[in-house]
Amino acid sequence: MDILIKNGRIIDPSRNMDEKGHVLISNGKIKECGKEAKLPTQTSDIRVIDGEGKLVLPGLIDMHTHLREPGEEYKEDIASGSAAASAGGFTTICCMPNTNPANDCRAVTRLILEKAKESGLCRVLPIGAMTKERKGESLAEMGEMVESGCVAFSDDGDCVSNSGLMRRVLEYAKTFGVPAIQHCEDKKISRDAPMHEGVLSTRAGLASQPSVAETSMLYRDLELVRLTGARYHAAHISCAESVELIRRAKSQGLPVTAEVTINHLTYTDAVCMDYDTNTKVNPPFRTKADRAALRDGLKDGTIDALVTDHAPHTSIEKALEYDYASFGIIGLETIVPMGLALVEEGIIELKRLVEALTTAPAKVLSIDGGTLAVGAPADVVVIDKNAKWTVDETTLRSKSSNTPLLGKEVQGRVTATVYNGSLVHSV
Amino acid sequence: MEFKHRHLLGIEPLSRDDLHIILNLADSFKEISRRRIKKVPTLRGRTVVNLFMEPSTRTRVSFEIAQKRLSADSTNISVAASSVVKGETLLDTATNLEAMNPDIIVIRHKAAGSPHFLAREVNASIVNAGDGFHEHPTQALLDCLTIKDHKSDFEGLKVAIVGDIAHSRVAHSNIMALSKLGSEVRVAGPATMLQPGLDELGAKVFTDVEAAIEGVDVVMALRIQQERLGGDSLFANTREYARKYGLNRERIELIHPEGLVMHPGPINRGVEITPDVADGKRSVILEQVANGVAIRMAVLYLMAGGSPDDIANQK
Repeated sequence: MDILIKNGRIIDPSRNMDEKGHVLISNGKIKECGKEAKLPTQTSDIRVIDGEGKLVLPGLIDMHTHLREPGEEYKEDIASGSAAASAGGFTTICCMPNTNPANDCRAVTRLILEKAKESGLCRVLPIGAMTKERKGESLAEMGEMVESGCVAFSDDGDCVSNSGLMRRVLEYAKTFGVPAIQHCEDKKISRDAPMHEGVLSTRAGLASQPSVAETSMLYRDLELVRLTGARYHAAHISCAESVELIRRAKSQGLPVTAEVTINHLTYTDAVCMDYDTNTKVNPPFRTKADRAALRDGLKDGTIDALVTDHAPHTSIEKALEYDYASFGIIGLETIVPMGLALVEEGIIELKRLVEALTTAPAKVLSIDGGTLAVGAPADVVVIDKNAKWTVDETTLRSKSSNTPLLGKEVQGRVTATVYNGSLVHSV
Repeated sequence: MEFKHRHLLGIEPLSRDDLHIILNLADSFKEISRRRIKKVPTLRGRTVVNLFMEPSTRTRVSFEIAQKRLSADSTNISVAASSVVKGETLLDTATNLEAMNPDIIVIRHKAAGSPHFLAREVNASIVNAGDGFHEHPTQALLDCLTIKDHKSDFEGLKVAIVGDIAHSRVAHSNIMALSKLGSEVRVAGPATMLQPGLDELGAKVFTDVEAAIEGVDVVMALRIQQERLGGDSLFANTREYARKYGLNRERIELIHPEGLVMHPGPINRGVEITPDVADGKRSVILEQVANGVAIRMAVLYLMAGGSPDDIANQK
């Protein structure tokens, strides 16, 4: 069935569009878009969505999600994660390989894609492991994983500490034309500490990790990029120094990109002071100055993409002492209200926010999507930025509810999501 | 005077007045421990659980004696005997205890914030008996009481704490307690043992121990806690540590002629303090232990809802 979204404020960063108009979707593609859009004369066979007073955007892309399947389906699975994604406005999500077994070969990649197809709520693009079993010892079968549909490689939470191997990872990934994504962390410095090192960790009495745990690895990797010329993407950078390193690398022409999570743009280490384990995340929230640098970095494009780092955990991992709780926060369903809150506060422009969630990640990964251009696959999201709702177990589609926003009211809600021409979510 | 806290989670939430209330109350309670019949009915019918998830002798015994002297019914759970070894979570342990309706839970745990976690989940009053590297409020209070016994006023006193400040909940609680009471707190140790932010907590930071202790009214030595370091290397060996930072006869001459030597125990003799200094005329280490009982009696009394004024009026 064709879909017509009428009278919405259409923002499409891929064409520098911000105007009131209509979007007509036919046969899975965008047929008309904008103020000049020609409306069909006969609408009886068309699903009409009223866009009046709403935002109409390209379907969002999250390049950093954890779907937990295979292995930890009690936290999330591909079906529930896809449902959370479409409810949150995403039509494309990239799932990290820290599953059990790890996504380090085409058999696992195929399983993920098959499950995603079954649920059919969004496009799931797997990120394969860079090294076998994510152990950081030898290269994974990147060639076959790319053939099967992996769009990038990463060992996710386990940074490749062996510098010689990391060089080979970059060269091997380059061979198959995809970027390597690194979670920069020197575990000998971070020591799994739950908090950023500073006056607040001293006050909280929690073990702490300084920013250099991130920057030392990032610096090393940038030099390896200089050596190999391979495409490299820094996952969830968290401190001012990392922003500066990325800025410098880009100015030198290195093929480097970076992302920040919505949580790191929103929170600082002060949020950890109540020992709420839903604030425990790696890298940890850092200082106000770090947050300000991350915001500036996203604004000026030093940081390309905004991500959720959706990391579901249940009370089994979270209703514990702060030290013993797992790292991670969910984000697929809260990024829209959190992002709009930053716009409301004047921290980022709406257009740049949309870009960082659509065209920017598409460009980082060289994938389609993130555009409302005529003829493109119809991935569209409609947002009521005034609608208020409460984040809790009953409103979240995710199997997990580990977020500092749990129980809180937020503003901004996805009212319709169209994926590949089908209306997959509406409220 | 009114004490408004339901829990004793740390020194940080307490005001200067709160600290004085506890210290004055403890002063009044000291006398009970000197009687032949060392027991008053104050907490009769109240149930206290001592939940010790980390080894402790001194603190646990001190809390237990305080409870007995106030006639509370108390029971001890220690880590070896608990369900923790069977895989039970702290939350389940606490809610099971809660089902038996205790009035107060005294908790020691190696994870910082555990008492705060319990305070959110159960109705009983929570007393922090040491949580990770965070706080050990009753230790700081007994240290303050010991200082108060010897010095007329906290205002203007200089107190030096020497050792592994970064991994010492005793140091953190003392920095906050003594700063709130108006004393100057100095901390000293190798840079590996001094974490960032100590100056913002109100301490003057030294790596030169002699400079730190010169002229101070009180010096506290901290035990080197090898077992808490998790393989981190903070000093070369105990021999060099003793030479560079240990309190010995020569070094102790630098403090004020009427200065006190303190230690939260247990002591590693010959490492952070030499036997002659630990047992010397300036040492008040055993007075600290005695004062621990009085402080814990005062804290338990307040947690049970007792009014500071009632005890003052009885005198």
